[in-house]
Amino acid sequence: MNIQVNEQGNIVLISVAEERLDAHNSTDLKTRLLSLFEDGKNNMVINLEGVRFVDSSGLGALVSGFKNASARNGSLKLAGLQPQVQSMFELTRLHRVFEIFPNTEDALASFHP
Amino acid sequence: MSERIELDITLPKETRYLGLVGQIGESMARSLDRFTGDREELAYHINLVLTEAMANAIQHAKEPTSTEVRITITLIRHKLTIKVYDQGQGFDLCTLAPPDTACLEEHGRGIFIIRTIMDRVIYRKLKDGHVLEMEKTLH
Repeated sequence: MNIQVNEQGNIVLISVAEERLDAHNSTDLKTRLLSLFEDGKNNMVINLEGVRFVDSSGLGALVSGFKNASARNGSLKLAGLQPQVQSMFELTRLHRVFEIFPNTEDALASFHP
Repeated sequence: MSERIELDITLPKETRYLGLVGQIGESMARSLDRFTGDREELAYHINLVLTEAMANAIQHAKEPTSTEVRITITLIRHKLTIKVYDQGQGFDLCTLAPPDTACLEEHGRGIFIIRTIMDRVIYRKLKDGHVLEMEKTLH
């Protein structure tokens, strides 16, 4: 899976450079997030700007990351959701769980209010 | 809408073909002549239902002899029917509760999503496996 990881201070910006986040590649994302948690990185922004399609497995990987960040007193926030991807969060009511920002700048700024 | 489309697809039982089957569904949705609703939403929904149902069949078709998944997509007049066949042990559709958002489960949203999008969902046993049948009336 094509993922770019950039550290910005104590926040990790993860950009998913895949058109689909589904049962084929969601385990890769989950594993990548877990290794970041093991390295002590607990504050994350996931940039989904390039993702055009997400299924229940993709949502599951993001939920896994959210739970791990919360359990470590950190937070995992989302940015740049395409309209159809946003509608998936609404369909599954996960938009009430995640903090979702229009772009990565706003998401990163939210860590330093 | 008077088109009649019948697709019968057989694919290897591998998740790397999810994108292909989803794309077929999207292309079909975009090609419908007389559909008056939100075409982009329909394209995403058909992609999603096919992806979820095929992933489900791969997960449940653990029989080592079955190496393929068969999917049929039929559109007759306004009625879209998608059937996904698996040769696994199956599952009980009735016992699958909608995901509890308070508990934040990582799994279990697939069938919930299919049921939300489609009008009718049936899972039944065949002689050599199971079939997940999903219907939706398009306007």
